[in-house]
Amino acid sequence: MTGLDLAFAAVGVIAAASGLLAVTTRHVVHAALWLVVCLGAVAGCYLVLGAELVALVQVLVYVGAVVVLVLFALMLTRAPIGPQAEISTSRLHRALAAVLGAGVTVLLASVLLPLAHRVDRHETDTAVLSRELFGTWVWPFEVLSLLLLMALVAALAVSRVGAPRRDDVRGAAARGEAELQGAREDGS
Amino acid sequence: MIHLAGPYLLAAVLAGLGTYGVLARRNAVLVLIGVELVLNAATLLLVAVGASAGDRWAAGNVLTLFVITIAAAEVCVALAVVLAVFRLRGDVDLSERRS
Repeated sequence: MTGLDLAFAAVGVIAAASGLLAVTTRHVVHAALWLVVCLGAVAGCYLVLGAELVALVQVLVYVGAVVVLVLFALMLTRAPIGPQAEISTSRLHRALAAVLGAGVTVLLASVLLPLAHRVDRHETDTAVLSRELFGTWVWPFEVLSLLLLMALVAALAVSRVGAPRRDDVRGAAARGEAELQGAREDGS
Repeated sequence: MIHLAGPYLLAAVLAGLGTYGVLARRNAVLVLIGVELVLNAATLLLVAVGASAGDRWAAGNVLTLFVITIAAAEVCVALAVVLAVFRLRGDVDLSERRS
């Protein structure tokens, strides 16, 4: 056991425990907050593995943006505060899900662990990484920016489904005003 | 020196937890949390392999950045869908008990 192994074990245990709490807690908002802890711990794992830029991007994009989006979605869908039984499926369904999840873990671990060996940690220099990113990988990078733009437009378009149209809103406002006018005239 | 069993084991555990989260939740937003955990397992594997040897073109790290970007786009669209469903149905319950 080297110092790096110990450091990885520490952040790894935090990541696994908070991930478990994120998928099992009965509080809706707590699940999102445990996800913050889990993703932050995974960023710590990246640091231990010598990928500084990836750790920073993980904190910026995941902990900063994605979790805030999730929290906003929970607020906008009127997530109840306090423990809720009905955010999870039935007991039998959960037991089956646990068996399947454990199966995935065992399968992946049985495939990956025989491949594991002790290595010299190879730190990726940020200068090298950026040179590769804007050299070798520049076209995928540009396509990704297009993908982000498309996701933005699609999210805007999808989130307008079912929203009252502007004409309807105006019509409703006009009707309401006419009724108010009528009520005033009746009163006077 | 670092032993790769730790990262590999953590990736397997996160993938299993994410699978459980996707299957065992009824709230659509919480299903997304499971998906995020599975994606993090994948990126952790990429970073671990990138750290094990000087991989060509820094592929482990660059692909991890790409996956994080795609995950952000995915969450953006998925939450828009969740909001649209909430507006149409009044809740985001994924169970079949509703008619």
